[in-house]
Amino acid sequence: MTRVVIDPITRIEGHLRIEVEVEGGRVTEAWSSGTMYRGLERILQGRDPRDAWLIAQRACGVCTTVHALASVRAVERALGIHIPPNARLVRNLIAASQFVHDHVVHFYHLHALDWVDLVAALQADPGRTAALAETVSDAPLGGRSYFADVRGRLQALVDSGQLGLFANAYWGHPAYALPPEANLLAVAHYLAALDWQRSVVRIQALLGGKNPHPQSYCVGGMAMGLDPNSPTALTTRRLSEIRQLAEQAIDFVERIYLPDVLFLAEAYRSWFSVGRGVGNFLVYGDFPEDDSDDPAAFYLPRGRLVGGDLARVAPVDQLDVGETVAHSWYRYHDDDAVLRHPFEGETEPTYSGPQPPYERIETPKYSWLKAPRYRGEPMEVGPLARLLVGYAAGHEDIRREVEAVRDRLRLPHEALVSTFGRVVARAVETKLLARRLLVWLDALAANLASGDLAVADVSAWDPRTWPAEAKGWGLEEAPRGALGHWIVIRDQKIANYQLVVPSTWNGSPRDAAGRRGPWEEALVGTPLADPRQPLEILRTLHAFDPCMACAVHVHDPAGGSGIEVRVA
Amino acid sequence: MAAALALPATYGPRIARAVARAPRIPVIWLEGQDCAGNTEAFLRASHPTVGDLVLEILSVDYHETLMAAAGAAAERSRIETMDRFPNGYIAVVEGSIPIADGGIYCVVGGRTFREIAIEVCSGALAVIAVGSCAFDGGLPAAIGGTTGAVGIGQLVHGPPIINLPGCPMNVQNLTATIVHYLTFGVWPALDGRGRPLFAYGQLIHDQCERRAHFEHGEFVQTWGDEGHRKGWCLYKMGCKGPATFANCPTVRFNDRTSWPVKVGHGCIGCTMPGFWDQMSPFYRHLPAPPPFPTDVTVDDIGIGLVGIVGGLAAAHAVGSYVRRRRLDRAAAATAASSEPPATAPAEPEPDSDAVGGNGGGR
Repeated sequence: MTRVVIDPITRIEGHLRIEVEVEGGRVTEAWSSGTMYRGLERILQGRDPRDAWLIAQRACGVCTTVHALASVRAVERALGIHIPPNARLVRNLIAASQFVHDHVVHFYHLHALDWVDLVAALQADPGRTAALAETVSDAPLGGRSYFADVRGRLQALVDSGQLGLFANAYWGHPAYALPPEANLLAVAHYLAALDWQRSVVRIQALLGGKNPHPQSYCVGGMAMGLDPNSPTALTTRRLSEIRQLAEQAIDFVERIYLPDVLFLAEAYRSWFSVGRGVGNFLVYGDFPEDDSDDPAAFYLPRGRLVGGDLARVAPVDQLDVGETVAHSWYRYHDDDAVLRHPFEGETEPTYSGPQPPYERIETPKYSWLKAPRYRGEPMEVGPLARLLVGYAAGHEDIRREVEAVRDRLRLPHEALVSTFGRVVARAVETKLLARRLLVWLDALAANLASGDLAVADVSAWDPRTWPAEAKGWGLEEAPRGALGHWIVIRDQKIANYQLVVPSTWNGSPRDAAGRRGPWEEALVGTPLADPRQPLEILRTLHAFDPCMACAVHVHDPAGGSGIEVRVA
Repeated sequence: MAAALALPATYGPRIARAVARAPRIPVIWLEGQDCAGNTEAFLRASHPTVGDLVLEILSVDYHETLMAAAGAAAERSRIETMDRFPNGYIAVVEGSIPIADGGIYCVVGGRTFREIAIEVCSGALAVIAVGSCAFDGGLPAAIGGTTGAVGIGQLVHGPPIINLPGCPMNVQNLTATIVHYLTFGVWPALDGRGRPLFAYGQLIHDQCERRAHFEHGEFVQTWGDEGHRKGWCLYKMGCKGPATFANCPTVRFNDRTSWPVKVGHGCIGCTMPGFWDQMSPFYRHLPAPPPFPTDVTVDDIGIGLVGIVGGLAAAHAVGSYVRRRRLDRAAAATAASSEPPATAPAEPEPDSDAVGGNGGGR
């Protein structure tokens, strides 16, 4: 038995350590450890609830904007505020553009190099690469000279002796399966995506002033002027700029990203039988299509799949969410093993791991992440969960796209529950949401044309109108999965604030019953050709798109000094 | 790029040559208690582009979020660069450094981030602190934080430290700083807190496109009102532009597309020391309108700026404020709207401790 430690796990957001045991060329045990803690929930306490979104947004700069949205939703629910349609549509546009940007960046810049051997691309023939590219898609990027130029840049990088970001990786590893031309094609698109992402994210700058960390939300709606006849508001000129960017997004996703993913899927078919995970899926649902606040009107539907049954959608109630710290570096006042609902949660950071410097973590508690459970069950969240729930719920767009991909790859539905299934699910979802941008943009334009310029409900802006105590929660689908914020407002200030975020669900340590979290479970069984070069572990892990800055969290009893902090 | 550096346009070709000629400077980019927001900002670089930065200009040898290598192999990249280029690499620090309880709140590869940061930064050509957390501890150091978070400048002394606060920093200020060094062989001039004057030398208020509305007493009173649609001044909605030094209005973000005030939300003062506490509550307006003459520098004001705004008020500034308030009232009296003119709805009158002291509410 061999113990393998990977720390730092790179090409993720934040600080993650993975330890696994390997026997007979496969992972037999895995431990996921978050190694950084900030304490945001504690910092939120005592502040003006209207400020919370600005602070909570800083939970993560990669998942930027998502915590802002969950936060304003939590406060709005607590105070009984209903945002106007324009604010709903602008929020949908910001959130969906985040999905599109984030998923593409994840694939090319955080994940692709697990499948693509960058150094092997130097052996590619540019002409043959151009011919290959023609068979992959009709992408408007290509030709022999284009690929020769990319190869030349790469060669110059290698010749300089300074490989920079690409130094010391597992190049030449036997698990890399692509021919040189396919590697060069993917490297070219890595660079193309680097340029594309700068451009498409300008949707958020137009609607939020900047990205990362857009700054145009407010409790009640959006802090932006809407008026097609004002030179300074969200004018028709800016709307048409957003439309142009959305069309560029659709073009890139459908002609480059999705075809690349499907091409890799063919080359790495065995990865549809690796990394199954816990077999439970949780989706809060999001992208409201009307102003009813009814999950039935969400574009991505709410629901839950349990025990590997991919056909039956179970309901979701936030009351069934709870967290244990049985194996986390926190202490509950009575019993670390119990599951506490976020309103009753406690967070007392109590480090009991090894004193650094250390080689291994062998203590019973081993992570700054708590272990969220739904009715006691570990749940996978994210793009795969959303597609599976949407498919089971009969969502028309999801069924069409999932079936098209399944037919093309000649795979049974169950094969999606796998490492490469997660990669494919993310790309399919990106296509759906990129297209949806245009629908919400048209709806916004139609609203403005009808004379509806309302952008915020300010009836509860004044704290003197608030009740002495109010509680609320804001549920959301973030790119990485189900996200919830819970807030208790007392005497116009935040008395308790808690985040339960996607990477805490997926990256959680064991619970009191010893059940592994989804990453840990998915890693078990992963093949490993060379324990000194654990490329395969990165594949299964990166397919989940870990994000640690969001995931660490802490909170105190609701009745007392409520606190909660997560870094995932 | 020349504009970001406030250089004459004729410098453009010279900068281009310098960039082409320069060796690729090694960069070790460290992430501590961070959210990767500054890494994401780095990815948005457009002058030069991030692609040119990582392939042609810099050699980003260590960057956990972006590098291909993982685990021990990643650490080897960091160590090799330190060995190969002693005092010859740029250390970029993102995120704060927790020093409480032996540094256990951020551990990388089994070692405390505190130890790694000191080791890497001490041997650097220069240290660039990107974002407010690396500048002064930022959010983890705000009231309520218990991890002993500090900025890199509070931990490392020796190499030049260039601070680029902001939440996150504006990446144009990072690229301009690097290109300045490549062009002139020296780092840009800094203020007393290590911030480049080209970026942090002027108040947002003095560069703001809504300034004319301030002068005319035209203020947004509530979200979505007529003034909001017409792009009036956000001072009464809590804008901290009058107390914040940064070049957001001129440089803007995302390839110069926009900045928060342009869209309709006030500045939150994110480039200023301790802004999470000093500038909040964020929707409470400043105790007095900008009393500074336009040639005031950040060194004249320093920490706790908003709390001492009243004390700094120059006579002419107070005079003009009074005149503006009269205009404001007169405008309101003649307007069809009967909203109270002097304060935002339901907000208390400005008073000297309304912003600076957190009101003792925490």
